[in-house]
Amino acid sequence: TQHTLIRQSSRSNVRLRPIPNHQLTHYVRSSTLYINPHSHSLQCPNRPHSERDSRKEISDSIYISVEFSSNPVREKQRKMVANQPEKEHPVPAFGLAARDPSGVLSPFNFSRRATGEKDVKFKVMYCGICHSDLHMVKNEWGTSTYPLVPGHEIVGEVTEVGSQVEKFKVGDRVGVGCMVGSCRSCDNCSNGVENYCPKMILTYAGTYHDGTITYGGYSNVMVCDEHFVVRVPDALPLDAAAPLLCAGITLYSPLRYYGLDKPGIHVGVVGLGGLGHVGVKFAKAMGAKVTVISTSPAKKQEAIERHGADSFLVSRDQEQMQAAMGTLDGIIDTVSAVHPIMPLIGLLKTHGKLVLVGAPEKPLELPVFPLLMGRKIVGGSCIGGMKETQEMLDFAAKHNITADIEVISADYVNTAMERLEKGDVKYRFVIDVAKTLQQG
Amino acid sequence: MAKSPETEHPQRAFGWAARDPSGVLSPFNFSRRENGDEDVTIKIHFCGICHSDLHSIKNEWGIARYPIVPGSCDYCNQQLENYCPKMTFTYGSIDRDGTPTYGGYSDIVVVDQHFVVRFPDSMPFDAGAPLLCAGVTVYSPMKYYGMADGPAGKHLGVVGLGGLGHVAVKIGKAFGLKVTVISHSPGKEGEAVGRLGADGFVVSSDPLQIKAAVGSMDYIIDTVSAVHVLTPLLALLKTNGKLITLGLPDKPLELPIAPLVLGRKLVGGSDIGGMKETQEMLDFCAKHNITADVEVIPMNQVNVAMARLAKSDVRYRFVIDVANSLSK
Repeated sequence: TQHTLIRQSSRSNVRLRPIPNHQLTHYVRSSTLYINPHSHSLQCPNRPHSERDSRKEISDSIYISVEFSSNPVREKQRKMVANQPEKEHPVPAFGLAARDPSGVLSPFNFSRRATGEKDVKFKVMYCGICHSDLHMVKNEWGTSTYPLVPGHEIVGEVTEVGSQVEKFKVGDRVGVGCMVGSCRSCDNCSNGVENYCPKMILTYAGTYHDGTITYGGYSNVMVCDEHFVVRVPDALPLDAAAPLLCAGITLYSPLRYYGLDKPGIHVGVVGLGGLGHVGVKFAKAMGAKVTVISTSPAKKQEAIERHGADSFLVSRDQEQMQAAMGTLDGIIDTVSAVHPIMPLIGLLKTHGKLVLVGAPEKPLELPVFPLLMGRKIVGGSCIGGMKETQEMLDFAAKHNITADIEVISADYVNTAMERLEKGDVKYRFVIDVAKTLQQG
Repeated sequence: MAKSPETEHPQRAFGWAARDPSGVLSPFNFSRRENGDEDVTIKIHFCGICHSDLHSIKNEWGIARYPIVPGSCDYCNQQLENYCPKMTFTYGSIDRDGTPTYGGYSDIVVVDQHFVVRFPDSMPFDAGAPLLCAGVTVYSPMKYYGMADGPAGKHLGVVGLGGLGHVAVKIGKAFGLKVTVISHSPGKEGEAVGRLGADGFVVSSDPLQIKAAVGSMDYIIDTVSAVHVLTPLLALLKTNGKLITLGLPDKPLELPIAPLVLGRKLVGGSDIGGMKETQEMLDFCAKHNITADVEVIPMNQVNVAMARLAKSDVRYRFVIDVANSLSK
């Protein structure tokens, strides 16, 4: 059967035509597109319109064929990588890659660059599975290129350092988080917030300075610029420290920036998953009183007994929420699904701060009255800079903070992803790379 | 049996009130309390017309209690500190003695001295009156959100060039900020840059102009009270930028989260200012020769003014000449 457009906007500048079946994997479900009223182009919300969305799921929906302008650099990379991942660089490497938006990971042979003057090469011991990995292998944000090797909670031991490396030597315990490069010259880079650099390079599915695609930590070896490598303190076990490199810094940074790190402050943490449980630990260590806000009453006992939260609110329980109104100085909201923030704003005291670290796909409803009447703010935060990431690890070592993990073997990874999708993990999967990752 | 507005209190008073959500104002006899030990009785000379008055008399927020005598922009001020949960509004609220408060579209008002500010001698009554709401509404968040802290050269965007916006431009410049006006009306550029002293002007409905200004502002003060799109405004902010919204739309706004997360940006609110701050603001404005741009009208033109205000047809605040035009 062929799918055809049933409705065409007169303001669209897109040519619309029937789509042959075999091309369906490359096209987008019509419900995810909208017409941009200014440029009159057909766009996916929150997705750059120079990329093609390749959601594989096929249903009875109507599809629209879209001709996006292609990005010549990306196209070149795609061809390069698709043809020659093993030959791209001189150092053989292997890992787990997703080949398409089904997200299924399988053994993948590729290569790493030679250790440059400022590079640190390390054997990967463990890599945490972040929910972002799940979004990326399925191309849910529209930015994925395949094959995709995820993993940005990477820890291991240094095997080689470049001639100009000053901070690390062979044998050091190190980690790499969500970024492996930035412009190093803009205001953000100069201020130690490389994470907000407009040219920040992601650890995987990014484009490195040499034009090649970056591959992440579900692999046996990493080569990374010294600036983006952190030391894992001896006091922290490598496996349980891995998730701190994303989940940890994602919570640590806003607690500091938004001033929620003072003793006696009352902080709420929404969502008790990979991010949330680490957030509770950091906030407690900073001296805060912590309330966990969750949709699942079943999580209450662990929240309080295992993670040290002072109290627990079931967000769907109107009475509990009402009783807690105006009690929190700040809230870190780790939930990435679309959800109402008005009740959360109501929990805040005057001058309270709601900080989102998950990014829902669609805009949320912002009730303006409560914001004004209480001089409250809604802000965001995204990981943290390199200096702060090291500071976070040192703080964690001092206060004995690690993630609660389930260590898995590499061949369990697809099952782990399925369980992660259902929230069935306490509270982070970590792949035992060194012992279980096999060559493809 | 409930007392009538005329007999509720011992001092006779006269003003104009709205009786219902049509918002039409007409003469209204009522009364004011006796001047207590802590009170000040003020003969009102001028009262500014604030857009909130229009929202209130038409019950656009759904909380109206008629009859409403609006006017909180008279040269004596709001009751009770602005974020106190028990704050009593100058009008449309229930006062501590259980009676409704009536605002400044009236001949006299009796106010607790704590909530009265001194009007600087150098400041004209008529052009200064709007500062009591519009002035403090923009001054307060500029201080609270750090816009006056320096270093020099920070960049403030002001969305909407109306009663609040034009005062924000003047105060922003006095704080040493670079100020860009963001407006959907290209026609306002001449005034914004020429007369009010803004450094730049961006037409918000022009995507090319917005694109050129992306990531250029440290702060944005959004004075627009209609429901509007926040996404382009957030794009104008630098990393760590702050969008302060002051308008009170009758529906929630749509807030895209990715720009907040990816740029560590925030959206904050602010509501007028405290008493000490209001006095500080008046003194600051007097020192920097800042007043509102006003159109003075007699009381019997108030309904016409409201209709024009609804269409934003005013440069930039109506002020009622109460003392000279309020006749029984």
